[in-house]
Amino acid sequence: MSGVRVLVGTRKGAFILTSDGKREKWEVSGPHFGGWEIYHINGSPADPNRLYASQSSGWFGQIIQRSDDGGKTWEAVGNEFAYEGETGTHQWYDGTPHPWEFKRVWHFEPSLIDPDTVYAGVEDAALFKSTDGGKSWQELPGLRQHGSGPRWQPGAGGMCLHTIMLDPSNPERIYIAISAAGAFRSDDGGQTWKPINRGLKSEYIPDPDAEVGHCVHRIAMHPSRPNVLFMQKHWDIMRSDDAGDTWREVSGNLPTDFGFPIAVHAHEPETIYVVPIKSDSEHYPPEGKLRVYRSRSGGNEWEPLTNGLPQSNCYVNVLRDAMAVDSLDSGGIYFGTTGGQVYASADSGDHWTAIVRDLPPVVSVEVQTLP
Amino acid sequence: MIRVALPYHLRRLADVGSEVTLNVAPPVTQRAVLDALEERYPMLRGTIRDHTSGKRRAFLRFFACEQDLSLDSPDTPLPEAVVSGAEPFCIIGAIAGG
Repeated sequence: MSGVRVLVGTRKGAFILTSDGKREKWEVSGPHFGGWEIYHINGSPADPNRLYASQSSGWFGQIIQRSDDGGKTWEAVGNEFAYEGETGTHQWYDGTPHPWEFKRVWHFEPSLIDPDTVYAGVEDAALFKSTDGGKSWQELPGLRQHGSGPRWQPGAGGMCLHTIMLDPSNPERIYIAISAAGAFRSDDGGQTWKPINRGLKSEYIPDPDAEVGHCVHRIAMHPSRPNVLFMQKHWDIMRSDDAGDTWREVSGNLPTDFGFPIAVHAHEPETIYVVPIKSDSEHYPPEGKLRVYRSRSGGNEWEPLTNGLPQSNCYVNVLRDAMAVDSLDSGGIYFGTTGGQVYASADSGDHWTAIVRDLPPVVSVEVQTLP
Repeated sequence: MIRVALPYHLRRLADVGSEVTLNVAPPVTQRAVLDALEERYPMLRGTIRDHTSGKRRAFLRFFACEQDLSLDSPDTPLPEAVVSGAEPFCIIGAIAGG
């Protein structure tokens, strides 16, 4: 019988939650790497037992862990991330130039076809690639050296490259997003990049519709339609139907269009999910009600999903990498909170259950659908 | 034999006890000890000294013989008690953070 494995990164370790296809009873494994920040764990689509985990701490820096058995055992692999060539400067919080410095890996995106090939999005923003299972890492410097780097600036969480999406229909096409620079696309396997931010408007930068400088929180796409992108920006939900060349706002009737994650249903390319957050300085749900909003029309018309979620006195946040979907027949949706809960719905969001509820603050959630 | 005391999280990372012992050819310095430590336990590379700069990570300190050696040159010979194995070379995580 098929099943799911939920990979949870938290501020103090990793947890692996497993269930069969019914998704009613869960086993919790962990903490793995207790005491360390686990920004992300992700599995290879080509070999689900191959996992990569980003383990870091303020004391000891960055460790990369690899598992070849679905998270039962782990091996520390390469952790040297050296920028290529002249590192240059980006903007600091106060607007002054600041040199690029590696801090941590925010996101792994394993290749769709090769378990040993994996991309890493890092802070300060850059894209790295390994082709030997994480033993060594090489920067794809064309992104950082795009020319707009001196205008990039850190968001509150740091200047992170947090989203990497590989186009399943075009192995040369990669999308990435940086907070706060914006979205970029490569059509040559990561060698060269172009900003894809036309249509975004951000009042917190001097030129609200500038080519770069936008605080993109997350991008999502459905693998069957890789030219259709959905974005949760610092404010605004955006949609592109032309691979990011142009964007239009689809916030519609949301109570607030601030938030962090955005996800697309595994079987319904026009069904998308967001978790509205009150504001950029009040990182909790409006009215103390934790509501996922679902649009079945690709944006603009949204409905609140509340069944099983706390509807009073709830002041958690849901971070950008902390929502994911499974691809079982009855599509599952998952998200983790800064309060340590991981909520799951096995029916596209109609009903929710906390499958674990007292973890350290959740940073990331990924889901593997197992055969 | 040089005795090196590691902080808890690095012990777990390297899967060792509270101290490890290393053969280090003279002159025994911070750099020589850390080189030998990373050679024996490659998973510790980058966790004590920054990969790029080679410098001690900001939230770690080096103590031995009741002295803070953190600001010494990495090529300064370590105290004789460390060289003889009478005292450990201690790598300490700062109390800040967590």
